[in-house]
Amino acid sequence: MIPLSYFIILSIVLFVLGIIAFFIKKDLITQFLSVEIMLNAANLAFITFSKSASALDGQIIVFFVITVAAAEVAIGLAIILLIYRQKKSIKTEDIKSMQG
Amino acid sequence: MAQFLFFLLAVVCVASVFGMIISKNQAYSALFVILTFTCTAGLFALLDAPFIAVIQLIIYAGAIMVLFIFVIMMVDVRKGIAPEKKKWTLVFASGIAVILLIELIVALKMAFSPLSTSSSQAIGNPSDLGYLLFTKYLYPFEITSILIITALVGAIILVKKKEKE
Repeated sequence: MIPLSYFIILSIVLFVLGIIAFFIKKDLITQFLSVEIMLNAANLAFITFSKSASALDGQIIVFFVITVAAAEVAIGLAIILLIYRQKKSIKTEDIKSMQG
Repeated sequence: MAQFLFFLLAVVCVASVFGMIISKNQAYSALFVILTFTCTAGLFALLDAPFIAVIQLIIYAGAIMVLFIFVIMMVDVRKGIAPEKKKWTLVFASGIAVILLIELIVALKMAFSPLSTSSSQAIGNPSDLGYLLFTKYLYPFEITSILIITALVGAIILVKKKEKE
């Protein structure tokens, strides 16, 4: 069978790639997508440890993470739409002032 | 067979994250991320978590990414994202990320060296999962439903256009 450490290493690689994407991308939507990739990497690690411990609790936590991520995406995209209506742009460089 | 599947899924997963980083178009980025999520669902299935794999496909790759694609269509992509002027952010971010990668792998080796190989017993039975969800984790489950309602109402109120009186 596959050693479980392979899964953990894959999850670490995904997480780090998500961080790189977050820093080198310049628009809010893609940055938000890379946050989702990081969440996914964490989920993979949870499931791997759940398998390693032969306990279901890790899978329950992943279930909650997915639900909370759905709520977070709804709110986050609403905020991105608001920013777009105000600034006519979603590039991070254009969002400098803090006054509404 | 399982080993082959694992490597196939892992390679496609990492490659599609690279594709998401490289592509300039946000819609293509979203599609690459959908590919990543689908591959992760396959990995979950390999790890004896069929329920979570299906949830990942339906909620993540389905519902959440459809929201993303809606917003990408509403926001004008045509203006495009200007090519990156600052090269140093790329170099800096990659450097820091590589350091973090090495650090995490070393921490993994220190902490979890006796991580067991996957045992043959199946644990991810959906009925067991449901039982646990409605006994031990009942309160978190209910609180999550309140959170979802709050997020729904909040999102609608935020995006609603002000009516002219």
